Amino acid sequence: MTKVSVAKEDAVPTGELVVLKSVNKHFGALHVLQDIDLSIARGEVVVVIGPSGSGKSTLCRTINRLETIDSGAIAIDGKPLPQEGRELARLRADVGMVFQSFNLFAHKTVLENVMLGQVKVRKADKKQAEEKARALLDRVGVATQADKYPAQLSGGQQQRVAIARALAMDPKVMLFDEPTSALDPEMINEVLEVMQQLARDGMTMIVVTHEMGFARSAANRVVFMADGRIVEEAVPDQFFSNPRSDRAKDFLSKILHH
Amino acid sequence: MTVKLTVISALGSLVWGTLLAGMRVSPVPLMRGFATFYVNTVRNIPLTVIIVFTSLGLADIFGVTMGASDDFKVQGFRLALLGLIAYHAAFVCEAVRSGINTVPVGQAEAARAIGLSFSQVLRIIILPQAFRAVITPLANVLIALTKNTTVAAAIGVAEAAALMKSMIENEAQTVAIGAVFAFGFVVLTLPTGLFLGWLGKRMAVKR
Repeated sequence: MTKVSVAKEDAVPTGELVVLKSVNKHFGALHVLQDIDLSIARGEVVVVIGPSGSGKSTLCRTINRLETIDSGAIAIDGKPLPQEGRELARLRADVGMVFQSFNLFAHKTVLENVMLGQVKVRKADKKQAEEKARALLDRVGVATQADKYPAQLSGGQQQRVAIARALAMDPKVMLFDEPTSALDPEMINEVLEVMQQLARDGMTMIVVTHEMGFARSAANRVVFMADGRIVEEAVPDQFFSNPRSDRAKDFLSKILHH
Repeated sequence: MTVKLTVISALGSLVWGTLLAGMRVSPVPLMRGFATFYVNTVRNIPLTVIIVFTSLGLADIFGVTMGASDDFKVQGFRLALLGLIAYHAAFVCEAVRSGINTVPVGQAEAARAIGLSFSQVLRIIILPQAFRAVITPLANVLIALTKNTTVAAAIGVAEAAALMKSMIENEAQTVAIGAVFAFGFVVLTLPTGLFLGWLGKRMAVKR
């Protein structure tokens, strides 16, 4: 953790990898994101928590423009998020994303899932792509499943493949949109362990989750959202033991006391 | 002649129909509008009208002879092909589009998230899964197309129905001739339907 602890809230501006400035978004009448300001430094692990409907998933999805925004600005590695098209595709290749529902390509094998982006987007050689894919599958502990189809794997295994698929693109930052929410309890840990390892390796991560244990142990910073606003930002210890806002106190009392 | 018409127009309408389906889901409003207009117009015009129009309208008035102005038979065949493809592509498009709708939206999101372009997402991720879901409905279109080739007789293409008509005019065994030709079509379409039904089950994507 010493390596990444320099990249805390007070990091120098040049180290900022993802910057959101007064971002607003509406779903019809619902104002899901209200004046969101957030910057994430290189190597930082930010965990976003909050009640359902607070806009945390939407926030995560705006960062690679799976959701468009109504106003404000988002920049990744100093470059503003481009409009739909080739430029955006290039940017998305640099931003890994892991979904709640895994979304592995159902008609392709596990190995093909991890090779696809390397070959089609990075134009990598097939042999090298396969080598890298196998190494990544080994790293997330599903090397023996390489030739199976996603539907033949457990949820935990599928999610680990999805992480490998994202890592295959050598992303600058990884987005996790509730990666363990669709998993059986016994499979949550195998996915969290992979994420812990990633965090220790210095990957920049934005994690939307309900796993408070992960937030405590892996995060450099906890962002608490409610009703479309960022209500509180703090280091995990401070947030969990001594939340400042009433909203966060209320939220924590509901989830920690049973 | 019937088989030749069927095979070529099946391939043609598959390609054109898939392109139309791609347009109908594309982010470009102009393409979406064109494909929607095309489908809604063409599928609501009787095939006979379309085929007759290719001959009387395209060929006789506009001089579109498909490079066969001196050979009336070849011209009729090519125009019939054009009509059949134009007509059935509308149905193929709608079948493929319904297949696209069966592919969970997360598949496209994941594909975009690793940096694939719109056309790559469509070609590599969406269409392969969509086609597997619509093999059976596509078989319906194909069977209808096989039988619809008989309409080509209207512009003088010597396919099965035209052949039957001339035989009935020359022979007395009307019922027998009719039965033989009907059986001939069943022989063509039944295996197609059975094979594609089997293929549809085999290729289904497990989720």
